[in-house]
Formats: sequence, C-alpha cells, structure tokens
Amino acid sequence: MLAQTLFKRLLKDDKGGDRMLTVLLAVLVLVPILNLLVPESSVFHLSTYTVTLLGKYLTFALLAIALDLVWGYCGILSLGHGAFFALGGYAMGMYLMRQIGDRGVYGNAELPDFMVFLDWSELPWYWQGFDMFWFAVVMVALVPGVLAFIFGWLAFRSRVTGVYLSIITQALTYALMLAFFRNEMGFGGNNGLTDFKDILGFDLQSDVTRIALFCVSGLALLVGYLVSRFIVNSKFGRVVVAVRDAEDRARFIGYNVEQYKLWIFVFSAVLAGIAGALYVPQVGIINPGEFSPLNSIELAIWVAIGGRGTLYGAVIGAILVNYSKTYFTGVLPEVWLFALGGLFVVVTLFLPRGIVGVRDKRRKKTSEAQA
Amino acid sequence: MTKKITIKLCFIFLSLLFAYPGQAEENTPVEFESLVGQLSVNSYSKKEAIIYKIAAIKDSRKVAILQTMLDGELYYRKQDKRIIIRKKSAEQYRITDVLNKKSLGLVDSGAMKKVKVNNKLRRILRGIIARLSLEDESKKIRLAAVYNIQKNINDSGATLLRESLSTEKDEDVREAMITGVALMDVLSEDKDTRIKSVAILAESVVPLAKSRLEDILEKDDQGQYLESDARIRALAKKGIDNIESKLSVYSFLETAFFGLSLGSVLLLIAVGLAITFGVMGVINMAHGELMMIGAYTTYVVQLMMPDYIDYSLFVAIPLAFVVAGLFGIVIERSVIRFLYGRPLETLLATFGISLILQQMVRSIFSPLNRSVATPEWMSGSFEINAAFSLTYNRFYVIIFSLMVFFFLLALLKKTSLGLQVRAVSQNRAMAKAVGVRSEWVDALTFGLGSGIAGVAGVALSQLTNVGPNLGQTYIIDSFMVVVFGGVGNLWGTLVSAMSLGVFNKFLEPWAGAVLAKILVLVLIILFIQKRPRGMFPQKGRAVEN
Repeated sequence: MLAQTLFKRLLKDDKGGDRMLTVLLAVLVLVPILNLLVPESSVFHLSTYTVTLLGKYLTFALLAIALDLVWGYCGILSLGHGAFFALGGYAMGMYLMRQIGDRGVYGNAELPDFMVFLDWSELPWYWQGFDMFWFAVVMVALVPGVLAFIFGWLAFRSRVTGVYLSIITQALTYALMLAFFRNEMGFGGNNGLTDFKDILGFDLQSDVTRIALFCVSGLALLVGYLVSRFIVNSKFGRVVVAVRDAEDRARFIGYNVEQYKLWIFVFSAVLAGIAGALYVPQVGIINPGEFSPLNSIELAIWVAIGGRGTLYGAVIGAILVNYSKTYFTGVLPEVWLFALGGLFVVVTLFLPRGIVGVRDKRRKKTSEAQA
Repeated sequence: MTKKITIKLCFIFLSLLFAYPGQAEENTPVEFESLVGQLSVNSYSKKEAIIYKIAAIKDSRKVAILQTMLDGELYYRKQDKRIIIRKKSAEQYRITDVLNKKSLGLVDSGAMKKVKVNNKLRRILRGIIARLSLEDESKKIRLAAVYNIQKNINDSGATLLRESLSTEKDEDVREAMITGVALMDVLSEDKDTRIKSVAILAESVVPLAKSRLEDILEKDDQGQYLESDARIRALAKKGIDNIESKLSVYSFLETAFFGLSLGSVLLLIAVGLAITFGVMGVINMAHGELMMIGAYTTYVVQLMMPDYIDYSLFVAIPLAFVVAGLFGIVIERSVIRFLYGRPLETLLATFGISLILQQMVRSIFSPLNRSVATPEWMSGSFEINAAFSLTYNRFYVIIFSLMVFFFLLALLKKTSLGLQVRAVSQNRAMAKAVGVRSEWVDALTFGLGSGIAGVAGVALSQLTNVGPNLGQTYIIDSFMVVVFGGVGNLWGTLVSAMSLGVFNKFLEPWAGAVLAKILVLVLIILFIQKRPRGMFPQKGRAVEN
C-alpha cells in the first residue's frame, strides 16, 4: 500500500527527474558493491568492463544535459557541443599525459612520447602547468567556457539564430577537428593522447580506480543535474525559456536577451567540458575524432529521443541510445546504423517530445479518462 | 670502358641507319604484323633485332606498341603467342589484341606471359621512341618528345635535337628544340656559344634552364666564380630575374586555375543543396549521401558496360540524376513533408536517413571503397608551356559545374515548374490559393535538388574515392558554401563557391592545405557574424519568418 502510493508519487510529472535521481543514487551504491564485494564467480558480479561502460554512459548523460540546457530551454541547437566535450577531454588528457613521466616508450621524463617522436626539444608553452591536477581541472572548465564565451558573444550579438547558428557551430567543431589532426598543434595529431598510466597517483587500470571514476562521474551527473534544474527553475531560467519561445518579445520587454543566451551557453559548455574530462580517464584515449561533427549530431539525437526541455529526458535518451549502440554493434553490427537512422526519423516524425513525451501523453489520457 | 662507349656509338649509328625515313617504303602492314607477332621470343638479342626492324617499317602503330613494350605492359597469349595488352577486371584480365585493338575476352593471369625487356632493350627502345616521336606527324607528339629529351638532356639528346632542327618546320617545336640544345651549349668551352645559349635560356621557363643559369653564378671553394666571364654572369643574373618574373605569373595563373576548379567542385556539391536547403528550407543532411548514390550509380554503370568506359559517364549522368532524384522524392514524400517549417527537425530526420543510406550502401556494395575508372579523354593535360599546364579533368569539372548551374538557373527562371517552385517557397498559402499544387511542387523540387546531388556524385566519382563515407566528407563544405553565399540565392552560391575555392588555393602555398581549410572555416564563421544571411541575402518579406 505504502509502496504503491510512493510509486504513484514518483510517477508524477514533475517527479520524473526525482525518479531518475533515485535510480542514479541506487546505481551509485549498487555498482561498487556488485563489482568489489560480490565474488567474481557469482552471477551478480559486475565486471570492471561493465563498470567502465556505465561510467562512460554517465559522462554522456552529463553531456546530454548540457545540450538540453541550450537546446531544450533556450532553443539554440548547438551542433558543436562535441567540441566542448573534446576540449575538456584534451585538458584532462594532457594532465594524464604528464603523469606518465618517464614511463613512456622513449623514457623521456619531460616530453610525451609523440613530442619525442616529432623531435621536439621542449614542452610547448600551452602544455605548461598541466602536470598539476588543479591546473588541469581549472582548464577543463576554463577552455570550453572561454571558447563558448567568445563564440557566443560574437554569434548572439550579431543575432545569428536558428539554422545558421547550428551550421556555424558545426563549422566550429569541424575546424577544431582539422586543427587537432595536425601534428604541429602539439596534441598528438591523429593518434591523440593515450597510454595513460595513473591519475593522482592511482593506477588507472585497477578496479578501485575504475569504481572511483564511475562514482565521480555519477556524482558529477547528480550535481550537474541539480544545478541545471536549479538554473532552469530560477528567474534566470524563466527568462531563458521566454527567449526560446519569443525572442523578440523578450527583447522588447527589456531583457538583454544576448546576455541570457550567452551565459546559459557558457555554462552548458563548461558542463560539457567536465563530462569530457571524466570520459577520458575511463576510456583511456582522446583523439581528434571526438571533434567530428557526427558526434555532435548524434548527441542532439540522444536529447531528441529522450525528450527536450526536461533535463532528465536527456539523461534517459543518452543512456538508452548508447546502451543500444553497445548492444547492437556487438550483436548485429550491420543493423545498428539502420536502427539509429530509423530512430531519428521515427522520433522526429512521431515523438516530437521524445520518450518522456510519450509517457506524459499517456498519463494525460488516463487522467482524462478517470476524470 | 672504351669498348662500352664504342658499343654505344655502334647502337646509335645502327639505330640512325634503320630509322632513316624512306628506306622502308615497300614494307607492308602484313610484314609489320608478323614482326610484332615475333616479339614473343625469349632471346633478348632476337628481340633487339626485331625492334630495329619494326622501327624501320612505316606504320602508325609502331610507336604506341614500342612504348607499351618499354612500359612492360606488353603480353602474349600462351596458346597462340598473340601479342596483347591487358586490363584488370575484377579477378581476371580483359585482354585486347595489340594490332587490331579487338577484345579477346577475359582470361586468368596464368594464360598469358609478359614480353620481357632488360635494361639494354629499354635503352634501345627509349632511343628509338625518342627519334620516332621527333619525326611524328602530330605536333603534339613531337613537342612531348622534345620536352622529354629536355628533361634528361645529355650530349646524345642535344645531338638528336640539333639534327631534327634542320627538318623541323613548326615554330613551337623549333623553339623547344633550340632551348634543349642551349641547355647543353651553356656548358660548352666556347665563350660565344655560352653567351648565345644564356640568352636563349633567359627566355625559357623550362625548370632546368633556371638551374643552369644559377650554376653560372656558383662559386667554388676559393670563392672564385666558376664562370670567369663577368658579362656572362651578368646576363645569367638578368635571365634568372626574367625567368622568375615569368614563373611567378604562371604560378599565379595556375593557382587561380586550381582555385576555380576547387570552386567548381564546391559549386557542384552545393548547388543541389541550394535547392533543397536554400529554396525549400530543408536542412538536408542526407545531401552528401545522395551524392554518394550518384557516385555508386557511376560505378554500377561501369560494371555493366566495361568495354565502353569512355562513354560510361554520358550514361551515368542522366541515370544518376534519375536515381538520386527518385530517392529524393521518396524521402520527401515519406518524411520531409511532415516537417515543413521546422528546419531543425528536418536536420535530425534527414541525418537519420543519411545513416540508413550509408548502411544500405555498406550492406549492398561492401564497406570498402570501390574503384571507378576514368575515361581516357579525361586524363592527360593541356600543356601551354613547360611551366604551365592544365589537366583535363579539372578543366572538364569547371565546364560541367557551370553547365549544371546554368541548367538549374534556367529551370528555375524560365520554366513553369521553376515559377511554381519560387511561388511556393515565397508564399505557400498564396501559391496554393492561386492553384499551385504545392505538394506536387515540393516533391519535384526536392527530387530536383537530389537529382543534382546525384549528378555531382558522378563528378566526385572521378575525383575521389567512392565509398560509404563519400557524402560525409563533403556535407559540411556544401553547407558552408550555401550559407556563405546566402540562402535562397543561386547566384550567391556560384560566387561563394568560386571565391571560397580560389581563396583556399591562394592560402594553401603559405599555410598548408589543412590550415588553409581551417582559416577558411574561421573566416566563414566570422563573416556570418557580420552578415548573418550570407553575401547575398534574400530580400523581401519571406525572409522574416
């Protein structure tokens, strides 16, 4: 009886996010137990591989929230959010690279392997400081944030909107991809940064570190979600929604529309950067492929499938799509692109509000029937 | 050592003797054919004798056959020792009789054997071909032969040129020959000869000419000039300046030409999108895949008519238009018509379609790149002089893209379909009210844009690899071109494609290919800030929505 009322309450519209949080908390508690405490022979044991995979999904979910903030709430479809994600990832990757020290193939304590390979004699200036963790963490937020600020300041000030904005964000990430492919950039070119050994002195390959990274990703998602929800429910958030629905009207009323757009865009970019920074130590590599425009479009799909403008919908979408991606590419690799492509089409045609929208609709119908 | 030289001289003498025109008048084609047929012998010395005999016979086919032999592409069929050339076709080889160009069908590689050549034979062949080419009736071949000798100029080459000068009538060929001779004379002991040849070289753009002149200005270890005569040094210095200013003009022209050809490629890939995106407002992410379909259509056409590769493109172009156009109509009818007025949604849905099309191609044709053959008439280049030549394929791309562009322009401006398309794109409700069947027009417009994408795909199949990722490589570029030019304006697309292409190519020499591309992207991003609607924004009320 009590469970039933609790369940009902959880299913309530505005409680969707809370429900997601409950599940997230449960996962955060259960996964470490199943991985570390349950013996490997047991059926309930969770392999470290799965933990890493889940951790990866969590970072994707955080990235999806970042996009939902600007797309779902502010109406800016950024097709360049993968760039902020990758920049955060590179900042973390640079720290991890410096941690390798003299354990690289060439055993050079000062220079990463690829620089030795390119015959560079000293560390470029922009690599300075990345041997310190705090510096890397600051950069994880600062680099995507500053880029988003400059880009957004230029774009919003000259009122580039809608399709045009989507296309130039795409151009941004494409240009960055081409740039990072260049060896001269000093970010490992084609191969990117990889062969990481440890983070803050902990071995990256050990189960405990993996679990810790997983938990940090989960907490980041939790905090990221709560902060985002706080923002969209605040006065600031209301104005942002007003800008989405009627930009000119909001401007005429007297709001400085550009400022609102700019700050939500910057915050979103920082969130994406953090997601990237958590992603890299778990997958163990970052390369220019992360900048590919394809990734950013796929990201938009996660959000669209989950349901825009709900935050938790984005989380659901990201995890669902990525889980099915892992599943299908393993079992039926030929089918995956058909399925993903079909999903895009079906969702845009029939589910404009995503999976979350379907549930809401059904609930509305049943409540109407009851009334 | 002396013996070797004597033998060499003997060869030169012998070959001169045999190549002497007028000696072989009475030879018949039959004799020529029987001589070629004998090339299947194993003994090199016998082959040598046959080559000399062939060289002495008057027959229009001999240079081509000797050249094929030199290239190591001459084979003979084991069963009847017939001399053939072969072309790879899937697992087997398509063989052709070298004499009458008749196809002899497909065989395995085991059924034929190479007509082998050794270094000595190669040297002889090269000498004979050079001489025969210099006597050829076609000016083009003579000129090419002179250029060839120029490239690796030596004493015997200079002698050969000097001799041919006496019979040569054409001014261009004579000039090239004189330059070639001067390249050797500049090293002569005689001062007057040197001065004369320096003056000749100063007017030439042959790469070797400049380096010969630069050699004159070299100093030895003691800081003494190798060339003692100060007058010659001054002449050489002036000559180098002259050559450099000429070369810089040519390199400017060449870059401009490259830029225009890149611009035409951009125009081709963007002009279909200018219809679907620019006129209809659909962010068609499947545009690249429609080009891919066009490219694969070319591939299939060539598979079906392997003997007529030269004509395959003329079949492929209309076919690709129809196939891609049909795909476009199906996409429009099944998905896009539900999404008008919601551009961002069309982006997501068409992206989904693009994934499906890619996977479809992977499943049908394999994920690997397919090879599409280039027709003969597309390869080669138009040489204006040694420093400046235009490759035919770039040339044709420029012409083709302009043809497509003006075809489209005429269609939109001069036909009733075009009128209806413009009416619907400007004011759908009003167009409907005056009796335009807007749904039908939508389907046809999208089909048209897609068909043009298919045609662009045929052109791309000649320029890059044909694979499932073909479309993705070009999609961003095509959007950039359309947005930069101004949505809904075909002329804007033309100007934007050409200026981006030329700008890119002029940046490349000092920035490198990748950096140039990045700079162009950044430039577009900044430009959009200044003019959010592109270079030539559409005017009127339709814009405001």
